[in-house]
Amino acid sequence: MQLIYNKYDEVGIVLFGTKDTDNELTTEVGGYQHVVVMKNSKVVDGDIVEALQQLPRGTSDGDFLDAVIVAMDMLIKKFGETNKGKKRLCLITNAQCPIKDPYEGSKEEQVTTIAKQMTAHGMRMESIIIRGTLSQDANKEIIDENDRLLNIFSKETSTRLLYVEDPISLFGALKTRNITPVTVFKGDLELGPKLRIKVLVYKKTQEEKFPTLKKYSDKAPQTDKFATHEVKVDYEYKSAEDPDKVVPPDQRIKGYRYGPQIVPISSAEWDAVKFKPEKGVKLLGFTDSSNILRHQYMKDVYVFIAEPGNTKAVLAVSALSRAMKEMNKVAILRCAWRQGQSNVVIGVLTPNVSDRENIPDSFYFNILPFAEDVREFQFPSLSSFPALCQPNKQQLESAANFIKMLDLAPDGKKEVLLPDFTPNPVLARFYHYLDLKSKHPDASVPPLDYTLRKITEPETNLILQKESVVDSFRRSFELQGNPLKKPRRLLRDKTSDEAGKENITAPPANLIEYKSVKVENIGDLTPVQDFEAMISRRDSPDWVLKAIKDMKNKIFGMVEDSHEGDNYPKALECLIALRKGCILEQEPKQFNDFLKHLYNFCQEKNLQSFCEYLASKGLTLIPKTEAIDSDVTDEEARSFLVKSESKSD
Amino acid sequence: MDIEDDPDYDIFRDDEDDPDAQISRENDSTKEYVVYLVDASSKMFNTTCPSSSPQEEGNKEDEAESHFQIALSSISHSLKAQIINKSYDQVAICFFNTRERKNLQDLNGVYVFNVADRDYLDRPTARLIKEFDNLEESFSKNIGSQHGVMPGTRENPLYNAIWVAQALLRKGSAKTVDKRILLFTNEDDPFGRVTGAIKSDMTRTTLQRAKDTQDLGITIELLPLSCPNEIFDISKFYADLIGLEGDDLVNFMASAGNKLEDMKDQLRKRMFTKRRVNKFKFTLVDGVSIDLNSYALIRPTVPGSITWLDSVTNRPLKSERNFFCADTGALVEESTTRFHPYKSQNIVFSTKELSEIKRVATGHLNLLGFKPLSYLRDYYNLKPSTFLYPSDESTEGSMCTFIALHRSMIQLNRFAVAFSGSSSRPQMVALISQDEVIQSGVQIEPPGMHMIYLPYSDDIRLIEERYSDTSGAVTKASDDQIKKAADLIKRVDLKDFSVFQFSNPALQRHYEVLQALALEEDEIPEIKDETLPDEEGMARPRVVRALEEFKTSVYGENYDEESEHGTGKPTEASKKRKAHTEYAMKECENYDWGELADTGKLKDLTVVELKYYLSGHNLPVSGKKEALVSRILTHMGK
Repeated sequence: MQLIYNKYDEVGIVLFGTKDTDNELTTEVGGYQHVVVMKNSKVVDGDIVEALQQLPRGTSDGDFLDAVIVAMDMLIKKFGETNKGKKRLCLITNAQCPIKDPYEGSKEEQVTTIAKQMTAHGMRMESIIIRGTLSQDANKEIIDENDRLLNIFSKETSTRLLYVEDPISLFGALKTRNITPVTVFKGDLELGPKLRIKVLVYKKTQEEKFPTLKKYSDKAPQTDKFATHEVKVDYEYKSAEDPDKVVPPDQRIKGYRYGPQIVPISSAEWDAVKFKPEKGVKLLGFTDSSNILRHQYMKDVYVFIAEPGNTKAVLAVSALSRAMKEMNKVAILRCAWRQGQSNVVIGVLTPNVSDRENIPDSFYFNILPFAEDVREFQFPSLSSFPALCQPNKQQLESAANFIKMLDLAPDGKKEVLLPDFTPNPVLARFYHYLDLKSKHPDASVPPLDYTLRKITEPETNLILQKESVVDSFRRSFELQGNPLKKPRRLLRDKTSDEAGKENITAPPANLIEYKSVKVENIGDLTPVQDFEAMISRRDSPDWVLKAIKDMKNKIFGMVEDSHEGDNYPKALECLIALRKGCILEQEPKQFNDFLKHLYNFCQEKNLQSFCEYLASKGLTLIPKTEAIDSDVTDEEARSFLVKSESKSD
Repeated sequence: MDIEDDPDYDIFRDDEDDPDAQISRENDSTKEYVVYLVDASSKMFNTTCPSSSPQEEGNKEDEAESHFQIALSSISHSLKAQIINKSYDQVAICFFNTRERKNLQDLNGVYVFNVADRDYLDRPTARLIKEFDNLEESFSKNIGSQHGVMPGTRENPLYNAIWVAQALLRKGSAKTVDKRILLFTNEDDPFGRVTGAIKSDMTRTTLQRAKDTQDLGITIELLPLSCPNEIFDISKFYADLIGLEGDDLVNFMASAGNKLEDMKDQLRKRMFTKRRVNKFKFTLVDGVSIDLNSYALIRPTVPGSITWLDSVTNRPLKSERNFFCADTGALVEESTTRFHPYKSQNIVFSTKELSEIKRVATGHLNLLGFKPLSYLRDYYNLKPSTFLYPSDESTEGSMCTFIALHRSMIQLNRFAVAFSGSSSRPQMVALISQDEVIQSGVQIEPPGMHMIYLPYSDDIRLIEERYSDTSGAVTKASDDQIKKAADLIKRVDLKDFSVFQFSNPALQRHYEVLQALALEEDEIPEIKDETLPDEEGMARPRVVRALEEFKTSVYGENYDEESEHGTGKPTEASKKRKAHTEYAMKECENYDWGELADTGKLKDLTVVELKYYLSGHNLPVSGKKEALVSRILTHMGK
């Protein structure tokens, strides 16, 4: 992976615990058995990657100390005094094999000497110790001794010592990309006007993005060996009126949106008036840690460390962070990292008390939202849902058991899926694929590595082990019951206007869902819904008229076919829907004429009972007050059926 | 110039490529039409609400605000938020129970407030906000208040108001636009003063009017204002109007706060509509899953995007993007292949392959397991969290599962680790159960789960280790020093700190400037930077003493000396720089620069020699040889 990040890094590989012996030190001074320099250090290339993929399996016991010395020797011979601090050793071992007794002094002394040498040569060493299931039959004594020795390394050379239990963590623990951190801020943490602590601020986390790939152009001739195949992007700004006219950069001015207006401001003007905070990191105060909730952290995280070498600053940071931890307090800071920056951030400083004696205490800093950044949506209480949604005692119990069973950090065992050791599966897969493609350009995307799949999917072992708990959980919650809300039913509720009491606050979202159904005619089953769907079709204006016409016919049919009024309620429902539709679509005349026509029709066919029924339900013509195009007054509308009723009496 | 390259714009754009923010922005484009319907009856002016924070400055003279003022300030707040965040929404402000009338239908007792160059229902403009803020003073003169429905009248301003609002909301289809009427009133029984047939008639027609409005896809929301001694009784009339029943009715008024701040809070929160970002399934184990909606409760608000204008006409410009082949200069289509250099060859990928690489998980959100909350370290964070709440369309079973899990996680103090397989950045997430928090009737934290995006090992940097001390143990603070620090912490305590109490000064300034320019005002009002430390508080004797004691305990007596010298030790880089300058100065003296310049022989010197002069005189050493020569000449005044 080193390959992709920095092509000028040099990498060498030293294997130990091998059958053969092949290294310069053996040749020069003898000893150092079973250590093979597989690749002398050089600029990384595909060879190394290929060589790594064919690692021989070791047979002998490995002495990691020998290997470390060989590797050190390699680095010293090659680089000597240059490149201070950029030399890195990475020891990967299970530390289960004993190391040989030195010729003089104890093993501890030897290790210390080596470590001192390393520091003197400006090298760092990372040790990754694999503690898998293998460890069980290993010699406890040897392991303990080795641990002690490795600890000395870690302390003396200020590097990491990591224990990992599974391949994912090994993957994650291997820091391939060693980013030289850049200070975000260097200066004073101002506790008050008279007390300033010298600190350095760095990014603690920053998203490692998927590499930005360049756009590829195949226009260059095949024979051109020096073709870059790059695609250049060019932006042109053209005036809206004259699309052929390109406006040069010096004739452009930035406009900022403010409501419907766009306000032009030149950069110079903007610089003169914009918000310009003074550089500085200021304490606003301390507060209970419970006043800040975890989900309010906004961005990637910073770390504040006391200025190295400044003992007083180290002490001050240590005292504050320890006191804050004891009292469960956090500090609120206002930060402008650089001079000339045009915004500030408010954030929370939390203590990071170190449990290692050679690492100083520090703080983590998380940015908090401003008032403008928060959307205060309200959600119903979970207890407000109907009884069917509330879990019973047995369900709660099985949920609790389930949570306990799927424990990723069981007592006494190593925490799994620790972010610090979990690699990004997408990046890993990309590099794998990149390498694959370099050999076989037509290769298809490989499946996700088995090791990495444990990051994206639940561990099957864990579930299989406690099958019964999972089963009980599954049984308790397996999909039961009906959907909480049925949009269709609600819609009908809305339109069936029997008592005028139904829940009318249903959100219009339900209407939207209905839109997707393309209704082309009005059926017998759900005429109201069909009508509403049809009249709201917007793919052609004709649908409105067709819907109204069809609905009229339907109503006529119902009234005509009615046997002792059994169809009346349904016809009324349709009439109400039609009335609403006509108001909505500004077609009041359609409805009014129809109602009058229907009235006359009933008079003729001796169906006055229907008119009475309508009058009793309060159906009226559409007056001018409801639809501006209507020529019927309120009074007329109200009295139309009533009057005619009394007339017919 | 490319927009992205614009440095002074850059600071606001940190999260430009945050896909969630993109989605939420897109979703926000579903428009909303709102009519604010404000009761302007004399009761709204006469009823006041005592302020609960008398210590707040400026409030001392009139500690009480009338209900009318509360309603106005809530609307003003919301308008300002709208013009920043959702400027495509349209609003109308409409008063009823007014003396004057102004509306399309020319109905009595209803006044639609508006400003020039704007329809009644239109997008909020700078002018609208400005004049609305000043409305209160001129209200009685131009609009006037009136008693509500009085005996002996057949006028029904409430009926008229709903009707006017409905007419205003006629434009736009209910399918693409969210139409709402927000009704502010403190009269729980608008027809209380009339009796008999008139009362029942008015009630009936008003309810019918409201119902018809709602049937057109318009929601009516009631924002009741009540007083400590007289609770707004929603059951008298409004429950029927907005259609509340049973449990809803109880819940609705349970939140009637007494304090002014609470009431404002409540109004502000209820004026928002929830906007979902996404909906997906959360798979717990095979066969058990929960339907969830996700919401972006916290996202950085950034100033709107810039539009390039023609500086002559101030008309917006259209930008056109063209792709050229770098080798041949030919115009090409936007290609679907990408490449990456590897082992001195170019490896070509299709966009399809790239998205295939990113598809590492099946399903949207897969549960991996649980961990104790204390395992969630403070540095496990990359971007704002997302809020999860069971979806409306979820089944009873799915809801039940959510509640059971939610409750058990809180009880056991655990968070869930899950894998979110989003297409833009699949990643591990932590799900934290959040219990509902209600303070004086206002929901402070909604119940649900917060999804926190966890970093990978690739994203975490080992800064602390880098600065560990090689000489062995580093000094940690002594108990006494810790005690002094604790005393200091106690003294500088922010008691009721709330995360949202500060406005973003940069953003405030941005919009102040825009508003002033939009209204062509000469002066830009100064904003108050709320984020500065409380200097008065810090100068209190007890705080100063605690600071002094802590300082003495850590730094001893000679802190001031130390801070003057800084740390005393210049860094290696600065030492080197200094040495370099000194060397250059020395070398520089070996030349007779004046003569060289006069004889035009400067150009005969090497670049290294020229740089002696430049470094020796603290001038920049960048640029080509000609630039260096001319810089020297300028410096010498020749």
